[in-house]
Amino acid sequence: MSMRTLTVRIKRYVPERDRSPRWEEFKVEADPHDRVLDVIQKVKWDQDETIGLRRSCAHGVCGSDAMRINGVNRLACKVLIKSLPSDVLTLEPILGLPVIKDLIVDMKPFFDHYKSVLPYLINDDPPPTTERLQSPEERARFDDTTRCILCACCTAACPPFWGDNKYVGPAAIVNAHRFIFDSRDRGAAERLDILNDTEGVWRCRTVFNCTNACPREIKVTQAIQEVKQALLTGEVDTHSVVNIHQET
Amino acid sequence: MNYHRFDCIIVGAGGAGLMAALEASKLAGTAVVSKLYPTRSHTGAAQGGIAAALANLEDDTWENHAYDTIKGGDFLVDQTAAEVLCREAVECIYDLEHMGLPFDRTPDGRISQRRFGGHTKPNPVYDPAAPAGAEASKPRIPVKRACHSADRTGHMILQTLYQQCIKQGVTFFDEFHMLDLIMVEGECRGIVAIEIATSELHVFHAKSVLLATGGFGRMFKVSSNAFALTGDGPAIAYRHGVPLEDMEFYQFHPTGIYRLGILLSEACRGDGGVMFNGEGERFMEKYAPNLKDLASRDVCSRSIYQEVRAGRGVGGKDYVYLDIRAETINKYKTSPTGEPVDSAWVSKRLPDIIDFARTYLGVDPIHEPMPIQPTAHYAMGGLPTDVHGRVLRDESGAFIPGLYSAGESACVSVHGANRLGTNSLVDLVVFGRRTGREMARFALDRPFQSLPPKPEAFVKSEIESVLARPRVEPWVKIRDEMQRTMMDECGVFRTEETLTKARDVLVDLQKRYRSTGVQDKGNVFNTGLLEVLELGCLLDLAQATVASALARKESRGAHSREDFPARDDSQFFRHTFIFKDGEGPGRIGYKDVDVILRQVDGRMEPKYPLEIRKY
Repeated sequence: MSMRTLTVRIKRYVPERDRSPRWEEFKVEADPHDRVLDVIQKVKWDQDETIGLRRSCAHGVCGSDAMRINGVNRLACKVLIKSLPSDVLTLEPILGLPVIKDLIVDMKPFFDHYKSVLPYLINDDPPPTTERLQSPEERARFDDTTRCILCACCTAACPPFWGDNKYVGPAAIVNAHRFIFDSRDRGAAERLDILNDTEGVWRCRTVFNCTNACPREIKVTQAIQEVKQALLTGEVDTHSVVNIHQET
Repeated sequence: MNYHRFDCIIVGAGGAGLMAALEASKLAGTAVVSKLYPTRSHTGAAQGGIAAALANLEDDTWENHAYDTIKGGDFLVDQTAAEVLCREAVECIYDLEHMGLPFDRTPDGRISQRRFGGHTKPNPVYDPAAPAGAEASKPRIPVKRACHSADRTGHMILQTLYQQCIKQGVTFFDEFHMLDLIMVEGECRGIVAIEIATSELHVFHAKSVLLATGGFGRMFKVSSNAFALTGDGPAIAYRHGVPLEDMEFYQFHPTGIYRLGILLSEACRGDGGVMFNGEGERFMEKYAPNLKDLASRDVCSRSIYQEVRAGRGVGGKDYVYLDIRAETINKYKTSPTGEPVDSAWVSKRLPDIIDFARTYLGVDPIHEPMPIQPTAHYAMGGLPTDVHGRVLRDESGAFIPGLYSAGESACVSVHGANRLGTNSLVDLVVFGRRTGREMARFALDRPFQSLPPKPEAFVKSEIESVLARPRVEPWVKIRDEMQRTMMDECGVFRTEETLTKARDVLVDLQKRYRSTGVQDKGNVFNTGLLEVLELGCLLDLAQATVASALARKESRGAHSREDFPARDDSQFFRHTFIFKDGEGPGRIGYKDVDVILRQVDGRMEPKYPLEIRKY
């Protein structure tokens, strides 16, 4: 495949310089196998060093470079140029969180929501001298939600969150789910109580944007529905994978 | 200027830093300073497993693990440290499980374990008289020792440790980038960091400082390392006169994604994957007749280079194939269960690997082999420490009060000349925990020592000077030349000639580095400025690496001198200590390898006698 000349449109905002966000365009030669991250760094290194973005691992596991790519939330290191439908690449910061500079948003509100759901194992029983036992089925029960990398693609794609940033958002619920359905955990009631609040799971309108945005392909909406179900029935089944509201 | 005071300051929020933070904060006031949000740390990219001789699936002992660690390190490993590592690995794994780490499970609910390169145990049916190739002819056989959570074990460790830090209320300074150590009268009394969002400088006054900043693989062109891995801790300490140990030993992981260097875990081969050259030959049979594809990483990486040099790369190019298709595993009878496997089993064991190959190679490893090449992966060398994480002042073994290191930035040395797969994760939990305890204990025993006036003055003037310099040339050009030079001249194979060339190029790059500036002069997230300062760290460490490699005229583990192809225990059974002198590398000293002796028939004999390393 040959090189493509891309028009990269970046929504710029440098607080020391711009009163409000503005669009800026760059032309760049890109290899079809390049990642969008490679293209942005090429522009940054060769044309305008002031472009602001976060990145680290560059292969979709650290969660630093979530951004809106052609209108949808993606990790810039997981989108290849060959997958772009046209030669125009539009880049914006993710929505719902305050912009600090260019593609960088303030992640503090996001992490505060995450911390609010008690995202850690709660079990005060004295542990055995070796491992606690957990069957492969019990382990599989919460496998999907252990994969979250806290990139915020889901939360920042959620219309209810855009409208109300006090809503804990999908990522926090995913991380609550990871412990609620862990057979070793004893904190489900406490977490469910937090999520039963007006800013908890009931804000979810089942739009599925979160599921579509997740770079780890976590079934985010399903996880939220499972938490809602646990609240409605008062039961938490940590033993078997149940497919309520099977997604298509 | 902003001033903070904590008993313990931990720089870096990967596995070692967070483990230390959990321990230290139980006893003393502790804060973690990290240039990334903690969950972005590169521990999260570790894939295949973390070794501990739990013996959940078959017989194993921590002594087997220690032997593999020492042999894997080509006998440059400090043996007391290796025994600490392998013994304490077992309780650390149980600790992690109690913290909630979601390990994969065996059918009876225990932690699941898999095979990995160089993980062995004595063959119970070994018979030296058995014909070559027979099962009984192998003195050691593979063992399932690597505890895992699919192929995202590092992700689970990082998440679990961060979760526990939240539970315990550990203080974090996220996106604060350390730029200097405060060293007074041979002691460490704090650090200077820049708040990335504002460019404000912060002084952190401390009684003990832990450098847990990770590796520095970004000095090479093809690397599995994140952009953030620029060796800030070792480089800044080195500038303050602290030595660096065994810098010539840098591990190239055999199976990186072609051209990108993204890691494809050794678990691929542990679970039965096989490497093939362009002629479809399973070439590891030639280089490691017993363990074949499960030989140590340095051995596999050299074998790939030799195949490529002989024109047997795929299509005559510089890569080979890694094949994890079920039919291949079954054909070569490499299934770890002994039973045939199917595609569903492979998908369940290696989901992220399959996703990486599909995303970045456009190859579906369920149906096709993956193009791979060795990728710069792990620094065995770093800041010299003892088994409590205390940084050594020199080869005599004296300490620098208040300064600690753990994880990849440290050299204990449990990895010697070549790290055993999964031992990076073992290292950071075992020595992260020990160091956290030690630094807190030290802090509780003493008052705060006074700081010099304006401890941030040096950093301030450095930044002003970079911002004031004209951009004579893009600094990216300097970085690219460094990475290419290190890859080509100081990579898997080295000679006097290539290393001398690298040394001269680096002197020139240092000069150019000091005369060019940055375009961005702003204060908000000036990542250009920080990237330049990181490049400065990498250049210093690259020079230390090349100088150490030039001085070691032998081949051992990952350090392969084609002009000195044999291991030379008479001269080089010892660790390199390199000191900075002015602008570049200076004095090199040596420290003996720590050897455990035991009494046999009234005589003292080495517990782990030197042997020629074969797999």
